[in-house]
Amino acid sequence: MTSSHSADDGKPADGTSAEGAFADGPPSDGSSGAPGRGGAPAPAKPTAAKRFDGERIALGLAAPVLAVLLSLVICSILLLVSGKNPFDAFDVMLTYGTKSDGQVLTLNRATVYYLAAAAAACGFRMNLFNIGVEGQYRIAALFAAYVGGQMDLPAVIQIPLLLITAMLVGGLWASIAGLLKVYRGVSEVISTIMLNAIASAVVGLLLVPGIFAPEKGTTTNSIQTNPVSASSHFFSIETAGGTLWGFIVIAVIVGVLFQFTLNRTRFGFDLRATGRSETAATASGVNVKRMVLISMAVSGALAGLIGLPDLLQNSFYYGQSFQAGLGFTGIAVALLGRNSPIGMVFSALLFAFLDVSGTQLPLPQNGAFPFEIVQVMQGTIVICVVVAYELVRRYGLKRQQQKVGAELAALAASTAKKEVSA
Amino acid sequence: MALQRNDAPPDHQETAITASDPALSKGGTPSAGTATPAVELRGITKRFPGVVANHDIDITVRRGTVHALMGENGAGKSTLMKILYGMQRPDEGTIAVDGELVEFSTPGDAIARGIGMVHQHFMLADNLTVWENVVLGGEKLHGIGGKAKAKIREISDQYGLGVRPDALVEDLGVADRQRVEILKVLYRGARILILDEPTAVLVPQEVEALFANLRELKAEGVTVIFISHKLHEVLSVADAISVIRRGTTVGDADPKTVTARQLAEMMVGTELPSPESRASTVTEDEMLRVEGLRIAKADAEGIERVVLDDITLRIRKGEILGIAGVEGNGQAELVEAVMGMLPLDAGTVTLDGKDLTGTLTRARREAGIGYIPEDRHRHGLLLEAPLWENRILGHVTEAPNSKGPLLDAAGARRDTLRIVQEYDVRTPGIDVTAASLSGGNQQKLIIGREMSHRPKLLIAAHPTRGVDVGAQAQIWEQIRVAQREGLAVLLISADLDELIGLSDTIRVIYRGRLVADADPATVTAEDLGTAMTGAASGHIESEPEAVAEDRALAAEGTEAESAGADGLPGATDATTETAEDPQAGE
Repeated sequence: MTSSHSADDGKPADGTSAEGAFADGPPSDGSSGAPGRGGAPAPAKPTAAKRFDGERIALGLAAPVLAVLLSLVICSILLLVSGKNPFDAFDVMLTYGTKSDGQVLTLNRATVYYLAAAAAACGFRMNLFNIGVEGQYRIAALFAAYVGGQMDLPAVIQIPLLLITAMLVGGLWASIAGLLKVYRGVSEVISTIMLNAIASAVVGLLLVPGIFAPEKGTTTNSIQTNPVSASSHFFSIETAGGTLWGFIVIAVIVGVLFQFTLNRTRFGFDLRATGRSETAATASGVNVKRMVLISMAVSGALAGLIGLPDLLQNSFYYGQSFQAGLGFTGIAVALLGRNSPIGMVFSALLFAFLDVSGTQLPLPQNGAFPFEIVQVMQGTIVICVVVAYELVRRYGLKRQQQKVGAELAALAASTAKKEVSA
Repeated sequence: MALQRNDAPPDHQETAITASDPALSKGGTPSAGTATPAVELRGITKRFPGVVANHDIDITVRRGTVHALMGENGAGKSTLMKILYGMQRPDEGTIAVDGELVEFSTPGDAIARGIGMVHQHFMLADNLTVWENVVLGGEKLHGIGGKAKAKIREISDQYGLGVRPDALVEDLGVADRQRVEILKVLYRGARILILDEPTAVLVPQEVEALFANLRELKAEGVTVIFISHKLHEVLSVADAISVIRRGTTVGDADPKTVTARQLAEMMVGTELPSPESRASTVTEDEMLRVEGLRIAKADAEGIERVVLDDITLRIRKGEILGIAGVEGNGQAELVEAVMGMLPLDAGTVTLDGKDLTGTLTRARREAGIGYIPEDRHRHGLLLEAPLWENRILGHVTEAPNSKGPLLDAAGARRDTLRIVQEYDVRTPGIDVTAASLSGGNQQKLIIGREMSHRPKLLIAAHPTRGVDVGAQAQIWEQIRVAQREGLAVLLISADLDELIGLSDTIRVIYRGRLVADADPATVTAEDLGTAMTGAASGHIESEPEAVAEDRALAAEGTEAESAGADGLPGATDATTETAEDPQAGE
């Protein structure tokens, strides 16, 4: 029951995350900026540092908030053109967002999106564009499903075994691209896209009766693996709004580990340094080739987890109807969340909310809005946010340089005499 | 385009005169008044955030001359030319072309006024032919067919460029590509040609050929603005010289009367360490030994080129070994080889008795190699990271930056504060990004970082490039202090006076080989320069009288400069501090 509460708390925070951030952003900036401006022009250093900090946060929020607002405007126009009232549509979505079944669905969906985003971000943080998350998770899920169907060990062993299987397969598949890049100079963008196609083919090749699927005789027409054994089922929490997947715990762990590794470890520093400037990282002693191999493998391993919530909590087998496209959604979520472990929480929740509440739109009692409007919204958010981030980044950099210049000039003017004589 | 040149009507001339502040015209060449100058820049100021790249620049370029624009790297030459070519807009000041005041907002505007620019890095499509490249983007001028080709031949013959329109660009050498770039600009009707460091990529014979082309252009009435920092080239080809230092014009010179030495002084504003005033700190203990180093690399055309051949050198504790050479003769590769950034084809690297040949860069850094890179933006800093993260860069495995596999952010921050204080890095805090500091302060941060780990060997590649005078002296002093404590230094510099002033031994690198050596106490910059062109080898020793004269000149320059500096009003200090390294603003 406590979880249902947490779900209740989580949902509004997500549904209104855009407005919430917007409401918080400017005032916090204003309040932190005002004392700085009110004080002496060249005061103690901490104030200056804090002002930069407050501004950085405001700038960081500005881009996604602007992108979301802009996409709302675009979608409103589209709805108006098609003769629908956009506010009714948004109302339908928001209302569903306040219902507990909608919230649980959102959280479940966000779990998957977060894992997908983390997989993509792991490469993005060092300028490695792993477009192959899609293929990596599908092939990993297939192997996990097969192993899960073949083995029936106690859950304590079975579940870790399946997690490791999926991560191993995903990681190995991604490593092909890593190895090609390091030893043959093949762009990872090209090779991972190709590997996506190959992964589909491999899945098709393996998912035939007699190999990964059982021999004919099942009742359904579709080809699928054996259902995973009961011990493979991941724990879940029953709430008022439905079943909350326990896999959310794994997503949280991944997020925490990602954040910790990135910001607190030497490895994370090397990774970020490589992402910021490969040449400087090389000169500083980072073994860039090794970093490419590792982060590609880790990215693939995380990708391996994407299919598991569905496999171990929902469908329990891998079949032709296994959900596709999560890898690409993950890339979009990572972009919106700026590849930051915390930012991606919000973007995953937002995307999940849009998806889940969007399903309510076409219902006749809700006004039969086109579901496609959600996809338009997601698409425009991503496009806008990419542009907005770059604009905000440049603006921030320029602004800081100006400020530093101004502060130094003030400082130099006040101590000019000393310096000249020195 | 001849139209434009002869067409400057008298009333426009008047405009130019009234517009240009007479008080500022001191920067013009003596004969500027006799005819309408091709280009007149007056009071050009360009600020980048936190940095003044150009400050009150005045330059007058007469028509039909080769006008050299000289200055060190980072002095502001390129920014100025970008302004003239419409790539940047000046914050203050006026531009007059053929006596007519103009304002360019894009290079297209500049091209329309007959100004063309040949960039240092060629912008040609390799898989197209010469004439396709020339016509590309200029299809409307003479079409894309036979007429265009004929026009190209005509221009090529007229200026003696010897360009074959049907050759594929990928088959051309560097010098030919450069001629194609020049032709491209002429094809678009340029009568004023800006060449950005055109000789940087050429070998001596090609330089001669280029100069012959330039004279031809000049004879045909084309005006050439030639950016360079190579003294002898400028003296041999230019009709007039303007020198820029730290973003402002320091004067004009007549190449017929000025000496290379005087030009160099104008360029760097001599504030050189005096070699006589210090005792040798060189010990007998060997710190670095490099033996039989050889590296071959495939160049752009895929041909194996030996960039380093049979390099053998040793540096003792407390010794500064200076490497002299024209840029691109293997210095960068030598540094990268010692740093472990380039794989060796042969040879060994030993530091303090420890063989480092097969080790990676990080292991070498941990073994005690400090590195001040030539290009601090590419190799020395994470521009968008805060200062304290930049303090970690390169020493992530060492205290105070990490404990075990974990970062120690608090320790790194504390130590960054210390570096900021001890090395006089001017910054409002350690959370600002490295990009917001001026070049000199970025360099001080890098030096503070590298020195903080008590290196055994310091590789200093152009340690004072693009750095203001105050920081320069500070950097030299810091290197000296560490040297007294037994630091070995591999110094690479394009500034011969810096090399002579700092080094205990000088080796000359030419085409990947160490061809000559010299004792800085007995060599002149001129003789060193000769060896750098490959004209001399073995041990170089100048005439004692020449050396004495050289030193006297240097000392004189120093005195004059320091006297001048004392007389400066206090307010200018802030300007000099920021008036360098326009890249910091990008």
